[in-house]
Amino acid sequence: MANTYKLIEAQTLTTATASVTFSSIPQTYTDLILTISTRPDSVGQQDLNISFNSDTTAANYPSKRLLGTGSSVLTDSQTYAQLREQSPTSTANTFSNGTLYIPNYTGSAKKSSSGDSVSENNATAAITMLTANLWDNTAAITSITIDNFSSSATLEQYSSFYLYGIKNS
Amino acid sequence: MPAGATYEPIATTTLGSAQASITFSSIPNTYTDLVIVFNGNSTNSGSSTNGMRCKLNSDSSALYSGTNMAGNGTTATSGRYSASTFFEGGEISQASGTPTLNIMQFMNYSNTTTFKSFLIRSNVAGSTVQTQVGLYRSTSAITTIELSRDFGTNNLASGCTATLYGIAAA
Repeated sequence: MANTYKLIEAQTLTTATASVTFSSIPQTYTDLILTISTRPDSVGQQDLNISFNSDTTAANYPSKRLLGTGSSVLTDSQTYAQLREQSPTSTANTFSNGTLYIPNYTGSAKKSSSGDSVSENNATAAITMLTANLWDNTAAITSITIDNFSSSATLEQYSSFYLYGIKNS
Repeated sequence: MPAGATYEPIATTTLGSAQASITFSSIPNTYTDLVIVFNGNSTNSGSSTNGMRCKLNSDSSALYSGTNMAGNGTTATSGRYSASTFFEGGEISQASGTPTLNIMQFMNYSNTTTFKSFLIRSNVAGSTVQTQVGLYRSTSAITTIELSRDFGTNNLASGCTATLYGIAAA
């Protein structure tokens, strides 16, 4: 029986932190699943930028988004693999939730990923967001970094990040 | 927490050459739900994506329907098909495009009393993000799933991978 959907590493912030990195990711799985629960400390665009192998060239990460706000739906093009982050003005103690699925992360093809995330709020507007993402690089993914879209913001205490490994055999 | 013995790989295929379809057959009825992860391109040398057309239990009856929502970066749309002889498995990028990632979930697939519903998330970063809910109006347990090219001669390209996972409720 394959030992799959296995927790590789968990990180829960004890203090506000600028970014979170999973490094030295084992190359023994087929796919990766990243799950997040986050809230930032200051107002800005409430999205997380997710990058690989310390590559911070935005042009290497084309992305399409589809968002629903509770009253409208919109789509746009972005950079970086993205998941939604809770607004700091949202109802207290609410955190966004999201998952990013990364298949064939050790393969030699360019790396696609699929993001599903929400930032629910006890107010009129909240966000559900789907993303189709690409890292335009054929290297195996060995590290993942999660940053705020707004560079001045930090990830709040109690934000949590889990990385799982999926095996196909 | 990790799901332990669930999310088990049932079968996986990596195409060594371009083919019209990938089929998972003799699916065991010992799980609660199924998940398929498809990653790859088509052989289409054009500039647009193709749709993936799929069947359950080799059934070509007009029993499939679905509703989708999609965004291409400029326009958000929603579409629907019904009384179809296949279900739409999402988009597949062209040969030179960004690799497709389609994730399909089939719930309660082995019961023999209800129709089968499914969810599909389709991702082509260079062109579209899409989600779909679908229905197969049959009470038969799902034992075979076929993922096929759309119309025309464009095949699933060499290197495409598809894996079928079983999800256990307990």
